[in-house]
Amino acid sequence: MAITLDVNGRTQEVDTDPATPLLYVLRDYLKLNAAKFGCGLGQCGSCTVMVDGQAVFSCVTPVMTLEGRKVTTLEGLGTIDAPAPIQTAFIEVQAAQCGYCIPGMMMSAQALLQKNPQPSEREIRDALRTNLCRCGTHMRILAAIRRAGELMKSAAAEKAGTG
Amino acid sequence: MKIFAILALIVVCVIGAFALFAWRSEIEPVDAAAQKFDPAMVKKGAKLAALGNCIACHTVPGNRAFSGGLALPTPFGAIHSPNITPDRETGIGTWSEAAFQRAMHEGVDREGEHLYPAFPYDHFTQVTEEDNRALYAYLMTREPVSTTHAGDHVMFPLGFRPLLAGWKLLFLNEGPFRPDPNRSAELNRGAYLAEGLGHCGACHSPRNSLGAEDKDRHFAGGEAEGWVAYAIGATSYAPIPWDTEAIAFYLRNGWHELHGVADGPMAEVVGNLADLSDQDVDPIAAYVASLMGRPDAKRKAAAERLQAEISGPGASAAKGGSQAASGGGADMAGAAIYASACALCHEGGRAPPYGGLDFRLSTAVNAPNPQNIINVTLFGLPPADGEASAVMPGFAASLDDRQIANLLAFIRKRFSNGTAWDGIADMVRRTRSGEHKVAVRPADSIERAPVNVGAKE
Repeated sequence: MAITLDVNGRTQEVDTDPATPLLYVLRDYLKLNAAKFGCGLGQCGSCTVMVDGQAVFSCVTPVMTLEGRKVTTLEGLGTIDAPAPIQTAFIEVQAAQCGYCIPGMMMSAQALLQKNPQPSEREIRDALRTNLCRCGTHMRILAAIRRAGELMKSAAAEKAGTG
Repeated sequence: MKIFAILALIVVCVIGAFALFAWRSEIEPVDAAAQKFDPAMVKKGAKLAALGNCIACHTVPGNRAFSGGLALPTPFGAIHSPNITPDRETGIGTWSEAAFQRAMHEGVDREGEHLYPAFPYDHFTQVTEEDNRALYAYLMTREPVSTTHAGDHVMFPLGFRPLLAGWKLLFLNEGPFRPDPNRSAELNRGAYLAEGLGHCGACHSPRNSLGAEDKDRHFAGGEAEGWVAYAIGATSYAPIPWDTEAIAFYLRNGWHELHGVADGPMAEVVGNLADLSDQDVDPIAAYVASLMGRPDAKRKAAAERLQAEISGPGASAAKGGSQAASGGGADMAGAAIYASACALCHEGGRAPPYGGLDFRLSTAVNAPNPQNIINVTLFGLPPADGEASAVMPGFAASLDDRQIANLLAFIRKRFSNGTAWDGIADMVRRTRSGEHKVAVRPADSIERAPVNVGAKE
């Protein structure tokens, strides 16, 4: 079945079983490999992407439910040459060890910061509670998210100043 | 003229008589926390407070334990739970034991004001003086917390509290608990705990138009914070009938392999009960099971068939996933969502609580009201803090109202013999928007109150 998807602002058509999880479509059809397969059960968060600005586990999201909605993966936020604030912050703080969970962490954090640019510590922990890290870089991940909030704030101020 | 005078006199007399009837004296303030309390008594009180689930209503999630302020939505308006820490200004730090005993026994505060029955004194009236003394000792040895709370917003004329004396006249049967000589000591103990401090019926019994429990439909199912509190009497919808052992296990652990995981407000109840001993919980289970009675032959046969199916060879493996769909259209859409979003856990062959429950066993799928499965589908089961627990992602962000309706219609058709649910999409919409308010808690009660949780003392 042909399904039309809007991924990172590009409209693309994929021909697949409607029950296929979004994660498989992203990785196997669209070659967007940031979202990772972790548990495959919607419990670890490594497959997190955004759908209409909200964090979603792509491994338990049937692709058929996404027609007419905006999917954003980590690739849609920034590139190596022009990283988004959340990516800059994670690099600055060196928040990754093995890095497998980090794209999901960044997407959950991005969804939080878009809604709430200055989250409290508790709000950050709540938003990230469904993202697991096995290496133990939790404290740096939290620091990176706080830093990303600052970067976004100063970017917005700059824009307001020049605009 | 004379008739008017007589009528006026009668009205004045009636109002006067009611005022006299409703009036309660103030009990002198004391410095309650300055008293010495026996540590054994405090420890006993901690257990009793856990049994009574006091913390759940008297704590805003994340705030200090027992500091109150939680808004309890009722059909008559929002009532805010008071601070029951021993703070002198904003808590109950000036309450003597006599004042506490009176509040539990007849629902009147220290100043003599009638309390709203959101505080379930229709149950607590059965609690013995000795148990109240222990609860008092426990509460008065908590750290005082100073708070400012919003006032209550009840509909006119219920802001006038003496009216509550009339409610009590109709619906409050003052205690203490009277054991039934025809029941065993264990069943009497269970009845005392379940009907008294445990106040199971406050959620699990239906209420009448004046907000009182319908005594003729005891345990026939009620409502709590946006969730259906299922019938726990003879009318239970559990596909496999509950027995004493299953109830005891569920109350202690928060889940049972043939019934699933406690969620919503029940998650807090079992979170509190987890720290109690078997001797405390077993009598409650025995009592509730005795009220459920033995299932009739038909229900028993159906349960045996189901159990054989489930434990048979290869039975837990998916019987079809998306292939099981018939009829196309909405059915097909529901089946595809089920295959991709649900089956991996719910047909994964991993036992609860870490694997999903086989929906054939689910009370939520088999009950006539789909509210609870709507709540869980939208909001999931949030993980417990710092410990292993059942967990399920919510699907509010990935599935729209129509998609959830299709999914649930498919699940209902495939996994129960019940008739199709009506108006699911609209219920999903109302639940998602908050028009129908639902409280969603983690699988433990720690989030409710990061300090001082449960019976640990």
